[in-house]
Amino acid sequence: MAEHKIRVTVNGTAHEAEVESRLLLVHLIRDVLRFTGTHIGCDTTHCGACTVLLDGEPIKSCTVLAVQADGRQLMTVEGLEKDGQLHPIQEGFWEKHGLQCGYCTPGMMMTAYALLQQNGNPSEDEIRQAISGNLCRCTGYMNIVKSIRYAAEKLP
Amino acid sequence: MIPAAFDYHAPNTLAEAMALLARYGEAAKVLSGGQSLLPLLKLRLGYADHLVDIGRVPGLEYIKEEDGYLKIGGATREVALERSDLIRSKYPILLDTALVIADPLVRNRATVGGNLAHGDPGNDHPATMLALGAEVVATSPKGERTIPIEKFFTGLFTTALKPDEILTAIKVPIPASRSGGAYVKLERKVGDLATAATAAQVTLGKNGEVERAGIGLTNAGPTPIKATQAENYLQGKKPDDTAITEAARLAAQATAPTVDRRGSVEYKREMARVLTARALTQAVQWAGGH
Repeated sequence: MAEHKIRVTVNGTAHEAEVESRLLLVHLIRDVLRFTGTHIGCDTTHCGACTVLLDGEPIKSCTVLAVQADGRQLMTVEGLEKDGQLHPIQEGFWEKHGLQCGYCTPGMMMTAYALLQQNGNPSEDEIRQAISGNLCRCTGYMNIVKSIRYAAEKLP
Repeated sequence: MIPAAFDYHAPNTLAEAMALLARYGEAAKVLSGGQSLLPLLKLRLGYADHLVDIGRVPGLEYIKEEDGYLKIGGATREVALERSDLIRSKYPILLDTALVIADPLVRNRATVGGNLAHGDPGNDHPATMLALGAEVVATSPKGERTIPIEKFFTGLFTTALKPDEILTAIKVPIPASRSGGAYVKLERKVGDLATAATAAQVTLGKNGEVERAGIGLTNAGPTPIKATQAENYLQGKKPDDTAITEAARLAAQATAPTVDRRGSVEYKREMARVLTARALTQAVQWAGGH
């Protein structure tokens, strides 16, 4: 079936690709553009491991078509670090042990990034609400909440 | 999981979108937020040869009061309800509903129109819209028609929409003063469909009696359920504990749940009763009652 030529901006850089209609956004990101920091977890819109930002908003990239992202801005976990400097969110996950196996971490950090863009000083409750679509099977969330609080305090 | 192959169309106007639907008929499906449709296609529980994405059609995302109605554009995203000052200040039942649909990431994509047009009795807006007495605006190349919400859900995953129609707006009559509503949902975890949930919208008269009651039930049968008997029972009565208890009993009687991982038939029916009582109590409070 039909191929579509699409153009997306990932972490500030424009990319073009020829994709099938049915290609999922997460496969465009991982398999075509090779940003493999974005994970595939449940593949059924539950776990949030594949969370990326689409025009600044966190979405589950297993439940969006690549063609739907045509002309739009994407941000993946690779976009957090700048010039070898970890983003305060990444630093927070490091300092506060916000991960164990690390599988949910890229998605969790993207959701946290979007939250802190909107609300620079979220309460614990607001953080828990915001990450309620991102599942973690290791940490029990305590340290993830602390990591995000750490970033909130560190961010200007 | 990869969906079976289909053609994707991204019309830039409503006219183009309708022309595509008219051309492909039953072989086409409207793609709105995609948060229900894409999982269905991935699981191969649903098929479509053509997806018509209305995500680039302008003018389908708005929340406004006009001509006596709260009007919500068909492609308005759930997150827009959550952020709307109008919804937050005047329509607590819609805020309640938006906040328990799936999870925040899904709500960044999912649309109000999609939640209705999908025809899933487990979706949350149907019950709310039944309680509010909403109308659905369906647009096709022949023009617009308005469908009362109680005629909209015709069967499991089936609605009154014709293949060439797009759900372009939802119209909710602006509630009279002394009105209030609530949506109360029992879910096993964030993101799950309701084990049971009730939407209740109440308008009180001069003497505190119920002038109008709307009650919608989620995931309690093959289609969303309007608890008509309970609504009629409440009419003209003082909404005290006794009346609410009886209305909740009548609402539970209207349910026809099936057994699944969320619970037995008896449990779900009992939960429908309990949640109806809670939703009514909350609605009466918002309406300025006791």
